[in-house]
Amino acid sequence: MSDVHVHDPSNVTNPEHADHHIVTPLQYCIVFGALLLGTLITVLAADVDLGVLNPVIALGIASTKAVIVILFFMHVKYQSKLIKMTVGAGFFTFLVLITMTLSDYMSRAWGLW
Amino acid sequence: MDNAVVATHTHEAAVHEEHHHVSLPQHRHHFETEEQQREAGTFGMWLFLLTEIMFFGGLFFAYLLYRNWYYDAFVAASNQLNVKLGAINTVILIGSGFFMALGVWAAEVRKKSLLVLFLVLTTVLGFAFLGIKYVEYSEKFEKHHVPGAHFDISEFVNPPIDAKTGQPSEKPLAPDMAQKTQVFFSLYFAMTGMHAVHMIIGIVLLFWLTARAYSGDFSSGYVAPIENFGLYWHFVDIVWLFLFPLLYLINRHPLK
Repeated sequence: MSDVHVHDPSNVTNPEHADHHIVTPLQYCIVFGALLLGTLITVLAADVDLGVLNPVIALGIASTKAVIVILFFMHVKYQSKLIKMTVGAGFFTFLVLITMTLSDYMSRAWGLW
Repeated sequence: MDNAVVATHTHEAAVHEEHHHVSLPQHRHHFETEEQQREAGTFGMWLFLLTEIMFFGGLFFAYLLYRNWYYDAFVAASNQLNVKLGAINTVILIGSGFFMALGVWAAEVRKKSLLVLFLVLTTVLGFAFLGIKYVEYSEKFEKHHVPGAHFDISEFVNPPIDAKTGQPSEKPLAPDMAQKTQVFFSLYFAMTGMHAVHMIIGIVLLFWLTARAYSGDFSSGYVAPIENFGLYWHFVDIVWLFLFPLLYLINRHPLK
């Protein structure tokens, strides 16, 4: 346990180090409010006919909510670079798998999508 | 002789001191620092959650593909789901996650009774979610909208007439497309079912954690089990944040 707090934003001197940050209940309340607002907008937006934009908006709001949950409820904003990279790598790999599988399906039924 | 005895004692004392190590659960002897142990635990938990992303990801991909292939069936079947109950469940689950987050905070600041309270509230809202899910599922069984030999496509081929407009409430589907609503309901039960299984596992773990929290295990600086369970619970929340719009809100206005 180092008692000396050197300003080291890039975690160069101690790559494992991440300040043990405690997220306050006030922050959690703000996040809670934002998530409820997102849910409300999702339901209201679904009742407006926006054609192809409907699923785009729905997924956009859901992704925003997910990012808020990951950053604050799951404390990733306050974790070390290792954890941030791990989380990012997981979602990136998932997107790569979706893209490659989908492009396979789409190219086999060309013109029908 | 005296000297020897003294020497032995000194030696023993030295050895004792060297190996003297207060073994705290938050600092096991094979970790250099508490910080390192914490980091390793969080890292391991996230690796597990990444496998969960891939697991649910497969279901989401199947959904994406079939939704594009049988879009009309997916719209008609999706509009059988109760948006109001789905939205209420979303709010309940967000609330449950909120109390779980507060529980982690209570453990960090070592407030035992608050931690127990927040864990109990998390559990209660988890049960509320499953209760509403039960109501939704039983309606599907009553209407024969569970895929299988007893599946009933009549409501999709001949949608009920809306009393106000005199028009069908949904776009009527051809019988072959109406059969594809079974694909939607299969995915609906698979995805919400796997989500519910995760919640049931979570509630079992919550009972265990609440009992340990009550006996004071997590109010003296050892918060890893609470923190890592929190990560799991929030992950299950995130899955629902995507399931709700994708299953309930595909197209709310097919005839407008």
